[in-house]
Amino acid sequence: MEKIPFDQLDEELYYEKMNNGLSVYILPKKGFNKTYATFTTKYGSIDNHFKPLNKSEMIKVPDGIAHFLEHKLFEKEDGDVFQQFSKQGASANAFTSFTRTAYLFSSTSEFEKNLGTLIDFVQDPYFTEKTVEKEKGIIGQEIDMYDDNPDWRLYFGLIENMYKNHPVKIDIAGTNESIADITDKLLYECYGTFYHPSNMLLFVVGPVEPSKVMDQIRDNQSKKDYKDQPEIERSFDEEPAEVAEKKKVLKMHVQTSKCLVGIKALNTDQQGNEMLKNELVINVLLDMIFGKSSKTYEELYNEGLIDQSFYYDYTQELGFGFAMMGGDTHDPDKLEEKLKSYLLKAKDGSGLSEEALTRSKKKKIGGFLRSLNSPEYIANQFTRYAFNEMDLFDVLPEMEKITLEDVAQTAASLIDESRITVCQVVPK
Amino acid sequence: MAIIHEAVQKQAGLTLHIVNTGKYKTNTFVWKMKAPLEQETVTLRSLLPYVLQSSTATYPSTTALRSYLDDLYGASLYVDLSKKGEYQIITITLEIANEKFLTDSTPLLRKGMELLSDVLFNPHVNGSSFDSATVENEKRSLKQRIQSQYDDKMRYSANRLVEEMCKNEPYALDVNGELEGIDAISPETLYEYYQKALQEDELDLYVIGDVNEEEVQQAAGSLFRLEDRTPLVSRGSVDKEIQDVNEVIENQDIKQGKLNIGYRTHVVYGDSDYYALQVFNGIFGAFSHSKLFINVREKASLAYYASARLESHKGLLMVMSGIENKNYEQAVRIIKEQMEAMKKGDFTEQEISQTKAVIRNQLLETIDIGRGLVEILYHGVVSGIPVDMDDWLEQTDKVTASEITEVAQKIEMDTIYFLTGSEGK
Repeated sequence: MEKIPFDQLDEELYYEKMNNGLSVYILPKKGFNKTYATFTTKYGSIDNHFKPLNKSEMIKVPDGIAHFLEHKLFEKEDGDVFQQFSKQGASANAFTSFTRTAYLFSSTSEFEKNLGTLIDFVQDPYFTEKTVEKEKGIIGQEIDMYDDNPDWRLYFGLIENMYKNHPVKIDIAGTNESIADITDKLLYECYGTFYHPSNMLLFVVGPVEPSKVMDQIRDNQSKKDYKDQPEIERSFDEEPAEVAEKKKVLKMHVQTSKCLVGIKALNTDQQGNEMLKNELVINVLLDMIFGKSSKTYEELYNEGLIDQSFYYDYTQELGFGFAMMGGDTHDPDKLEEKLKSYLLKAKDGSGLSEEALTRSKKKKIGGFLRSLNSPEYIANQFTRYAFNEMDLFDVLPEMEKITLEDVAQTAASLIDESRITVCQVVPK
Repeated sequence: MAIIHEAVQKQAGLTLHIVNTGKYKTNTFVWKMKAPLEQETVTLRSLLPYVLQSSTATYPSTTALRSYLDDLYGASLYVDLSKKGEYQIITITLEIANEKFLTDSTPLLRKGMELLSDVLFNPHVNGSSFDSATVENEKRSLKQRIQSQYDDKMRYSANRLVEEMCKNEPYALDVNGELEGIDAISPETLYEYYQKALQEDELDLYVIGDVNEEEVQQAAGSLFRLEDRTPLVSRGSVDKEIQDVNEVIENQDIKQGKLNIGYRTHVVYGDSDYYALQVFNGIFGAFSHSKLFINVREKASLAYYASARLESHKGLLMVMSGIENKNYEQAVRIIKEQMEAMKKGDFTEQEISQTKAVIRNQLLETIDIGRGLVEILYHGVVSGIPVDMDDWLEQTDKVTASEITEVAQKIEMDTIYFLTGSEGK
């Protein structure tokens, strides 16, 4: 077990790689009641084209299968794992993103038992034709619920506009049609390929004794018979740099219109420190242009084009990336025009001053400290960083290093007319 | 050892609550203003905090104020409105980094308190009126906020249920105010109301973090100068007799139907059977081991979500689920069956102990978060019965099967609301 101290933050992280390849991290948090643990595989909605374990041909699997698998892993021959967790006073959950599937629990008692339950249920799949069929009704309702949600439709509409081929444009839950094709056999095939310990990370944060927890995990894993597995082969079609579609307008049963402008990112082959830096610089850049202390925000607000729902965000993973900004508005076309023009002006350096940079960095530093109050944030973000060969605890030092030149250069390369797109939701 | 160490100090016009803890990297201030929920003031109150948080006399524009917040290491300032029984609560929260984790030694705690005081007592005014441009902006923003509730169908149907169920009670009022009431508000009338609210509202300030109690008490004494008052009591009645179950069906162009069912529990926070009601709801609908989740979702595959929650100060229990339109009758029948099962005592000791364990866990987790802790403690202010967390946990643990059945007998169905879709199935 390795100990990694972070003196300025008053935190210590413990790490060990198990013999079967599983990465385990433990962050003790004194004073907290709750312990939070996540068990995550580097497998998400985009991994739909790959070479299954022990097979020689690549296969394409139905949209939504990673998420479907997440649901089904909770059901066992002797019942539902939720029941087991609640008997032990824990609350359990799971989520599937573009690139990860995470299983998690939080508890304030019986931590050892709950950790055992988490590891064992994820490592012991049970899929049958009958249970798979039954789940289709439930997930069908989840899909319908998202279909009625204008913010979700807006978000996915924008991503669809950006990507021509990349599976990031596919809704994480799939469609009622695509999940109809999912079978127990296919679930086992995905499970066998992506749920090997060497493709997974376990993170524990809370009032725990690291060496004891590590012993428990080591012991648990040593009793399971995992064979070494070759590296997973995933395939993605070639993706052009420019957006697939410049604009889409969705008509829905709403009273307020919505508008999001997006930029498709370059350099999405980055990993490690290069990616960390790029991500931080773009976040600072967006904050300098659109943050609540910017001139832009004030102008848009005073002109009545935005309200508190206005937001901006940047997402980057291996193979795709996008910035987006927007929210509720009474005049989506005007907001679109304004946002685009601010972006293009920033490309030439407008609004990018030393003063704004200093302010934005300070804000991000405080925001990072605030995030460290949250066990959920720490576990989920650390895992995401680790899967991209980055270290969450490098955020502060890397943030300090950002210069105005970094920001200006990134603005000049990121922002480009051909990679900007817009999605709107308007009343029917 | 007590689970929460809350130091409570009465100051002129204000109750100061300090929870000293070393577990956070930030310090949090939560300001609460409580007044009866009334049609005449509901819209004024929903607009006021947004005007206050947009500028002050010292920082007279959003840009100036937000720049200052960024300079204070991204201090976050936000406002919120809530209903607790027949009261409308304004909450203003300021969260600021603890300078101990920074290389820079700016006294952030003090600066945070000064800024909160500035936001509350030193607004951007012209004579006896708020800055008119700010008020106009926030009026527009409020309109949009109210309208956008219509677009989130889960929220819309939950609101519609309350509106139907509590017709002619203050509780039916939307906490965000009334669209029709916004235009009539002027910078002058809002300023007048602001002064009245500062004089009459019940005020509480919570300070959570690694702080020096005495230092905070002194700072609060000099920065929050107020006069004593006797808090106003709501004229609305909390409870209501039910004659018939009201069924309301509304149609919109959406895919998934939203089913919301409201019950009256006739039990509020502070009643002796409140803890039994919590355990009741845990078995019935609050969790993923509850009867609703198991029977509506897992067994019948009708829904992705099916749950129930309590309104602790109004005595309401609300069931919510999203279903296919054609399954409306089946879903209502299953939900009614679960309620009947509860009334008949059709649950096991295992379900009781499981539920108690989960409730305990949920409470302990909630108080790990600064804002969660404040929400728990604030139950004490609303009910007038101070919260003792140790006692709460102990009382929950003592609840028996017969107490759960007894409280179940009190619960009555009031209104079924169904938002049905005309699109698709």
